[in-house]
Amino acid sequence: MKIKNIIITFVSAIAILFSTSVVSFAKVVGDKIILGAAISLTGKYSSNGVHTQNGYNMAVDRINSMGGVKVGGKTYKFDIIYYDDESNPKRAAQLAERLISQDGVEFMLGPYSSGLTKAIAPVTEKYGVPMVEANGASRSLFTKGYKYLFAVLAPANLYLDVAIRTAVELNGGKGVRIAQAFEQDAFSQDVRLGILDAAKETGSEIIIDDKLPKELNDMAATLVKVKQMKPDVLVVSGHTKGALTAIRQIAEMKVDVPMLAMTHCDAAKLSKQHGKNSQYALCASQWHKTLTYKDDFFKDGMTYAADFDKEFGYDPPYQSAESSAALLVFKDAFERANSFDQKKVRDALAATNMQTFYGNIKFAPGGQNVDKPMVLFQVMCDGAGKCENKVVAPLKWASAELIHPIPKWSDR
Amino acid sequence: MVFQYPMITVQACLDGILLGILFALIAYGMALQWGVMNIINIAQGDLVILGGYIAYFMYLYGIHPAWGVIVSPIIMYFVGVGIYKLVINKVVDRDLFISILATFGISILFMQLMNFAFGADVVLANSGYGTTFLFDSAVVLPNSKIFSAFVSIVFAICLVIYMKKSKLGRAIRATAQNARAAKILGVDTEKVYAATFGLNAALCGVAGALISITFTIHPYMGLPYTIRSFMIVIVAGLGNLPGVAMSGMGLGVFEEFADYILGTEFRIGSVFLLLVLILVYRRFKLSRKREYLK
Repeated sequence: MKIKNIIITFVSAIAILFSTSVVSFAKVVGDKIILGAAISLTGKYSSNGVHTQNGYNMAVDRINSMGGVKVGGKTYKFDIIYYDDESNPKRAAQLAERLISQDGVEFMLGPYSSGLTKAIAPVTEKYGVPMVEANGASRSLFTKGYKYLFAVLAPANLYLDVAIRTAVELNGGKGVRIAQAFEQDAFSQDVRLGILDAAKETGSEIIIDDKLPKELNDMAATLVKVKQMKPDVLVVSGHTKGALTAIRQIAEMKVDVPMLAMTHCDAAKLSKQHGKNSQYALCASQWHKTLTYKDDFFKDGMTYAADFDKEFGYDPPYQSAESSAALLVFKDAFERANSFDQKKVRDALAATNMQTFYGNIKFAPGGQNVDKPMVLFQVMCDGAGKCENKVVAPLKWASAELIHPIPKWSDR
Repeated sequence: MVFQYPMITVQACLDGILLGILFALIAYGMALQWGVMNIINIAQGDLVILGGYIAYFMYLYGIHPAWGVIVSPIIMYFVGVGIYKLVINKVVDRDLFISILATFGISILFMQLMNFAFGADVVLANSGYGTTFLFDSAVVLPNSKIFSAFVSIVFAICLVIYMKKSKLGRAIRATAQNARAAKILGVDTEKVYAATFGLNAALCGVAGALISITFTIHPYMGLPYTIRSFMIVIVAGLGNLPGVAMSGMGLGVFEEFADYILGTEFRIGSVFLLLVLILVYRRFKLSRKREYLK
């Protein structure tokens, strides 16, 4: 009996403690601005979820240590409540509800991936909670008329647009013949729509247009078609699986194509997993450390990369850089709004026009960032087989010259 | 396109056959334990992926991933026996629904454990095998796929001989025919079940190692392999190894042709359509037989 009483007392003590701590979480407490984020710490997006979280944490530490956020003559520090959304959209939506209605969070950071952002956006919109997200690029996020959603990254349809335009430029302004293979998911299909637009505008012709089922990890059939029809550009987008499969099978089947453009090369660690086979692949990226954008907190890309490496032990992928940029945007908006009123902060966010180490940020009415072009890097390897990603387009930031056309397999 | 470029037909057939042989190996494991224990193993694909990770880790430590074909089945055999002792032996005599639920649970557990232990990155092992060109380079076959098909065939043949000649093989076949009678005649069915599940896991281990060399692996990529082997077994019927091999290759070739003729987006859908047609046809044939018997 005694033991039972002790247990009951213990449990109720914990319950009381927990309920009081929930109350104390709310919005802006003391000198803390509390942001909420549901992040994929487990499940299939967990690697990128961790990159996102590291990006957020890096920026929080940096902003706090450099004087914090000044609102109404007082200095505040950032703090983030994280929950694990298990890479599951339903769970992410529940957690957003919980963050807002139970924990009293008034400002949100985005989750990882377009799918999860799509799940959370209706919730933040319903409660009028401003959300700055850094990892949802799907075009459909920006056509729904959301007022409280702001994305620091370029939308998905622009990912490989640069590649097509570069190919046309190299072809003397004449249209090119494009072969494309895209996975059947929201993101890749958005990338595909971007290519269709670019092809139309440049007078290019799409000769192969394959949609890869999600379960498929074999593109041999598509590549056989490519071998027969000899397009000028081959475009592939299917997350990390698509990138790895494409490079493996192109190398195995010795498919010669003058230009190969794809997405998710960094996430797939292409040059590490495939070495020289990945050479000459063009990859779309939101950011690269050699870009020369600057800000007061992280200085520039190279400094950011070095600091990030020191703290987390690896080179930052663009997912981390854009996540850090989201915090810089929030800080700037709070200071300009000079208030914690959600409406005022939302308006300040909408009026954002700034440069960060990650790129220029200016939001269109739909919430997407229109002031930051995508960059293309090319995998380049030295004689010893050590491969590096070098920015080749747009020309303004190019650190190496584009190698085009790709040498034939028989000459390599 | 198939008519425009005749060599594509040859390429599609060879690709389909090589792919089909590998799938047939996984399906054979499934047919074996389905026949013996009457269990549909939803975790089949996850065992394959786990086998793949074993080969991948060997590759990371500088051992050629092809050795995974030897090491992975040995480890996976014990994993299989372990799963049997922990879970499967409690559901082996129950109805099919319970065993499906149990193996579904194991599948989820395995996915999460692999994700936790190995991370959510898509990985692969490079074998460094080259490429074979046929017909004046009009047909291209990666040697890794040829290697996979060859190894699958070797393992399948070994298994057939083992089932025919060895004591355990005979015991397994006896148990499959009539577990009760086998028990009365002195066969330790409990041991036979454990060995069967272990053998199935070992076959998955071989297939996994081959998949890490030819395709990619990821903790959540197991289910397509389960579904594919399930389909092959349904088409071929239980306990019919030549049938499993033929239906594996047939489905592989059909899939490649569907890709060229209908487009990649209809590739998997058309395989399912074929499955439905085969099942309807079977039912139709059975009902005719039944009428005849009446």
